[in-house]
Amino acid sequence: MAYQFDFIPVIQNTDLLLRGALFTLELTAIGAVFGVGLGIVGALVRAWNIRPFSAIFGVYVELIRNTPFLVQLFFIFFGLPSLGVQISEWQAAVLAMVINLGAYSTEIIRAGIQAIPRGQLEAAAALAMSRFEAFRHVILLPALGKVWPALSSQIIIVMLGSAVCSQIATEELSFAANFIQSRNFRAFETYALTTLIYLCMALLIRQLLNWIGRRYISRSSAGSSQ
Amino acid sequence: MTQRYSALLAALFASLMLSQAPAHADGLEDVVKRGTLKVAVPQDFPPFGSVGPDMKPRGLDIDTAKLLAEQLKVKLELTPVNSTNRIPFLTTGKVDLVISSLGKNPEREKVIDFSSAYAPFYLAVFGPPDAAIKTLDDLKGKTISVTRGAIEDIELTKVAPEGVTIKRFEDNNTTIAAYLAGQVDLIASGNVVMVAISEKNPKRVPALKVKLKDSPVYVGVNKNEPALLDKVNQILATAKTDGSLEKNSQTWLKEPLPADL
Repeated sequence: MAYQFDFIPVIQNTDLLLRGALFTLELTAIGAVFGVGLGIVGALVRAWNIRPFSAIFGVYVELIRNTPFLVQLFFIFFGLPSLGVQISEWQAAVLAMVINLGAYSTEIIRAGIQAIPRGQLEAAAALAMSRFEAFRHVILLPALGKVWPALSSQIIIVMLGSAVCSQIATEELSFAANFIQSRNFRAFETYALTTLIYLCMALLIRQLLNWIGRRYISRSSAGSSQ
Repeated sequence: MTQRYSALLAALFASLMLSQAPAHADGLEDVVKRGTLKVAVPQDFPPFGSVGPDMKPRGLDIDTAKLLAEQLKVKLELTPVNSTNRIPFLTTGKVDLVISSLGKNPEREKVIDFSSAYAPFYLAVFGPPDAAIKTLDDLKGKTISVTRGAIEDIELTKVAPEGVTIKRFEDNNTTIAAYLAGQVDLIASGNVVMVAISEKNPKRVPALKVKLKDSPVYVGVNKNEPALLDKVNQILATAKTDGSLEKNSQTWLKEPLPADL
């Protein structure tokens, strides 16, 4: 007997899925802003070799990039309470995402900074740019412009990776999908719809980041290199 | 004359039937004659039945089987079974009794008979001993961890009052970890799972708060074995009054035998 597809029980729960999707987007937004922020700090510290922070960030980057996200998440949610640090499941999810993205973006942005020719900094000095102006227009924005596609991909990877936060009962999109599936046992239909939603979200975020890149980052970096 | 003859014939036939039935299928007599009681027990379901460090089966079901064999004054022969084959083992006559954390339901009652209950088995909301929670209403404002899709999830979702936060986790281990880490106030699970926790983490020992579903366990006996069933019930009744069942419950389930068992 062939499997009878029935999307109705899943469609009825669309509100749950959408609420989950919205929460995933919220987690990703907070995670991306603070993660990239952490990455910028880390990249500068690493690129300029500021002691002793450079070594600390080095250990942090290696530690995070060489361990599974799920284990990092479990450590924060289940492990830290033993040390008296009690945070809720969405805080743990955001924290894990920030820490994770921070490590990857440190390395991505550092590559961008190191790709800037020294001569440009000297040129900035010759033009009597202030330290802040030089930092902003000659280092940060051009560096971000060079690695923006890689950084965008990393943010999307973190968004998709947030699916595992359902493991600590963070009620994001995967949690909603698992929940619906556990009630109506319509695995194919539930996960098909969920896949579609993730795909749309990833494409949406990429478009948004491309726009941000064109509007705020590449343009000013193009301007500064003229 | 014909009438009297036929009545006599009927009486003869009836007495033949009566005497024939026990001679053919009296499980109790078979056990006594054989000198061994064959019991199907679980081997992968602690604390009801598991394999001990000495490779011998141990658990509440095994102790219950030992108790019955002792009272019947016969030797005990254990057969390890799992939850899918335990009833077929009984109905095909490979064992005399099934003592395998067997719950009662109408489908099973069509196939086999059940003794009186010998141990508690239930799903409930558990929490710290000092938490003042007695009814479903007391759960308001509390956070409860539960394994998503498990029977306790379905039952809890059905009865939970407004204001209860249910945190659903992927599997039993994460559900327990969330409770032990203090990420939730309470945990919904089976009493058996709680035994495992209290053995491993005495810091946050979960105590029974609100029962969700009661499904005590029974000894399974084949249909049409009134003598054997009566004897089992009789032994269990004695064991209940003399404290043997209480002792088993304390040993394996770490809790007193419920009064309503």
